[in-house]
Amino acid sequence: MNQSFGKLNVEPERYEFRSPPLHQFELARRDFFKILGSGIAIFAMAGSTDAKQETAPGPHIQPPQLPKEIASWLHVGDDGTVTAFTGKVEVGQNARTSLTQSVADELRVPFASVRMVMGDTELTPFDMGTFGSRTTPTMVPQLRRVSEAARNLLLEAAATQWNVPAASLKAADAKITDPVSGKSVSYAELARGKTLARLLPEADPITPPSQWTVAGQPLAKVNAREVVTGKHQYTTDLRPDDLLYAKVLRPPSFGATLASCDSKAAVAMAGVTVVVDGNFVGAAADSEARAEQALAAIHAEWKESPQKVSDSDIFAYLKQNASSDSDARREKQEKGSVSRGLADAASKLETSYTVAYIAHAPLEPRAAVAEWSDNKMTVWTGTQRPFAVRTEVANALHIAESSVRVIVPDTGSAYGGKHTGDAAVEAARLAKAAHHPVKLVWTREEEFTWAYFRPAGLIEVKSGLDAGGKLTAWEFHNYHSGSSGIETPYDVANQLIQYHSVPLVLRCGSYRGLAATANHFARETHMDELARGVNLDPLEFRLRNLSDPRLRAVLQAAAKSFGWPPKKSREGQGFSIAAGNEKGSYVATCAEVLSKSNKLQVVRLVTAFECGAIVNPNGLRNQVVGANIQGLGGALFESIQFENGRLKNPHFATYRVPRFRDLPQIEAVLLNRKDIPSAGAGETPIMAVAPAVGNALYDATGMRRRTMPLGMDV
Amino acid sequence: MATSFKFTVNGQTRSIQSDPETPLLTVLRDALGLTGSKYGCGEGQCGACTVLLDGAARRSCVLPIRAAAGKSITTIEGLEQSGRLHPVQQAFLEAEAFQCAYCTSGMIMSSVALLKQSPNPTPAEIAQALQGNICRCGTQPRIVEAVQRAAKATREQRS
Repeated sequence: MNQSFGKLNVEPERYEFRSPPLHQFELARRDFFKILGSGIAIFAMAGSTDAKQETAPGPHIQPPQLPKEIASWLHVGDDGTVTAFTGKVEVGQNARTSLTQSVADELRVPFASVRMVMGDTELTPFDMGTFGSRTTPTMVPQLRRVSEAARNLLLEAAATQWNVPAASLKAADAKITDPVSGKSVSYAELARGKTLARLLPEADPITPPSQWTVAGQPLAKVNAREVVTGKHQYTTDLRPDDLLYAKVLRPPSFGATLASCDSKAAVAMAGVTVVVDGNFVGAAADSEARAEQALAAIHAEWKESPQKVSDSDIFAYLKQNASSDSDARREKQEKGSVSRGLADAASKLETSYTVAYIAHAPLEPRAAVAEWSDNKMTVWTGTQRPFAVRTEVANALHIAESSVRVIVPDTGSAYGGKHTGDAAVEAARLAKAAHHPVKLVWTREEEFTWAYFRPAGLIEVKSGLDAGGKLTAWEFHNYHSGSSGIETPYDVANQLIQYHSVPLVLRCGSYRGLAATANHFARETHMDELARGVNLDPLEFRLRNLSDPRLRAVLQAAAKSFGWPPKKSREGQGFSIAAGNEKGSYVATCAEVLSKSNKLQVVRLVTAFECGAIVNPNGLRNQVVGANIQGLGGALFESIQFENGRLKNPHFATYRVPRFRDLPQIEAVLLNRKDIPSAGAGETPIMAVAPAVGNALYDATGMRRRTMPLGMDV
Repeated sequence: MATSFKFTVNGQTRSIQSDPETPLLTVLRDALGLTGSKYGCGEGQCGACTVLLDGAARRSCVLPIRAAAGKSITTIEGLEQSGRLHPVQQAFLEAEAFQCAYCTSGMIMSSVALLKQSPNPTPAEIAQALQGNICRCGTQPRIVEAVQRAAKATREQRS
């Protein structure tokens, strides 16, 4: 990590990091207990905890809406059930399980007695969204602190009851015990008949990882039995009574606007609701087929104005249309003098790299079920940002946010691709007109075409080395793809690093790891080129230029498990390594490939990963291996092809994703640093795969590929 | 035009009125409320909708209901028998062979069909059999492990 650059610039596509406006906090405590019954409730504030707020008069907050300052809350019911509330959502990253573990651990209750309520704008506290690997570093400590405060309250209640000091009592297994007298009382008994609410006191030290009992264990996913029996209900599976099915008429190309629309024939169809509003044309009926028939009866004329650029000339376009240097200056990070560093260099290298647009392709496409009832819109939808979707729906329908509720069922994956509420808005618009619940499930083609992409990018790198193989200069320009992970972790006195924004060609947004994948591909490929150029072992070359101990540790751990230095035993075999750090976690990947008559096979990946104290090694291993496999897609073949404002490959038959036969042998080496607070793990393990594979291809063939995907026959 | 079709689903005889071209998946999910089989692509490319048709794995999203007439269909909901999970379900549970789990029903159904034909498959045979099933979360190694675990459990049950 390069300290001299100070605060990281906020990346343009990370629009979701904008802070929400704050409202004055008023605690309507009686209303909270109406929701859950009597018991003990603890509220954690997002910002500082002002003692005055605890006694602020209520009850102006309409139940059960919560003020935005509350970041999480927890309730111990008089039957002993613990319910914890968070605005975070479950999209396959296993947050429901890891958060449950943390609550159980801190409150000293069995794992099975904790229920997490997640991502419901009416029941859970405001949350910006589930992205940026933030759930573990922010929500785990918050839920631990509310759990700890509840535990202390229970200890005090027992102490009062027995007239002994609270410090002499022990909390374990949902009971308070007095080791002296041997008396014990359950949390359920202590909570019975009480309506005790307390704001979280100033931060107390929560249980350190070395003393975790439930957290840190490889526990199974909370609702695992429901998923293997097909009982878990995703948004797409919801079937309220009187449900109508929706279809939306899509424009022929990006940016097309509706010039005219004759919907008379469709409107005349029995049981069909048609909405034509702005550029939106949709129909709802008692079956998808009937809704499709209605759309077929609509005569729409579109005015098309597609951009001329296509996937074949996008990279030249990005360079030509980059923001002017003055605009880009604030994105420029400079220290020392690159020109001096290059003048001092014994050898120099200048190369450029490209990354294609790719799609998230979550297996559950965007979907929503919307119901308009009593002047209130309820929308169930798979999104990473339920509160932002509530705003989107309210704005689209011109109704108050308080009239919209967004509920997120555990969702069929997202990978950064479900930050917006497109399907929710469409379903809500139709539901408001139909006065029936409406379900909209995007087709796979719609998901590919009308969602958003990971941006394409062009990256130019210039560097210099001294005679001892140490970096003297590093210049790095990223056009369009983003600034996440743009800083080099290597020691180099003279640097110039700059992100250049480019007006959007295709609709773009977040993707697992954001631009860190692109920036690591360029940097780690370039590092490999430098190492090979001076005949240095790629691992030795990195370690020679690296002082960050955590990054050195993952490099050494991956190398050790991989068997570095490797020896070639057959023709076409190649090995290499790549590494990096982002969002407080560290990754290194070693790759073995086999190249035979121009066909590339990835044989083996060994990825070492370190994210501080591990909350659930079982879930973490799934995330690390999964990120490696998803990373192979972007490394080897995933690429959006487009021309004339149209996608050329909006299907799984033409947009290739990793499948079983693409799998190499994969080994995840997890470094558990119990002395370091847990960081998120959903993103960083994807970063080193593409450069490791590309570098191994070079080792095998002498052929250097500087494109993502690598463009080899696989 | 709606026609009457009769078939067996999870051991029960069902009769429905439907357009003959309506995909079996739509009938299962929307008419019969069996939502365990998922819509992933509607093009037979991802396998999330996999069911057994007379014991063989089929993509129900591209199978017209007329082709299921008179046949026996098993969906994910039909595997559990009196509260006892099918060995493949049990193995997926034990290996935690899922993340978002949207592909899981299809993976399990494809695996059940494979083990019927080949009770002791190699990892390569499993990969071949599941090549048409996509897991975007990248849980494939654990799915292969789960299928091997189920094969072993089934063999042990028999012996």
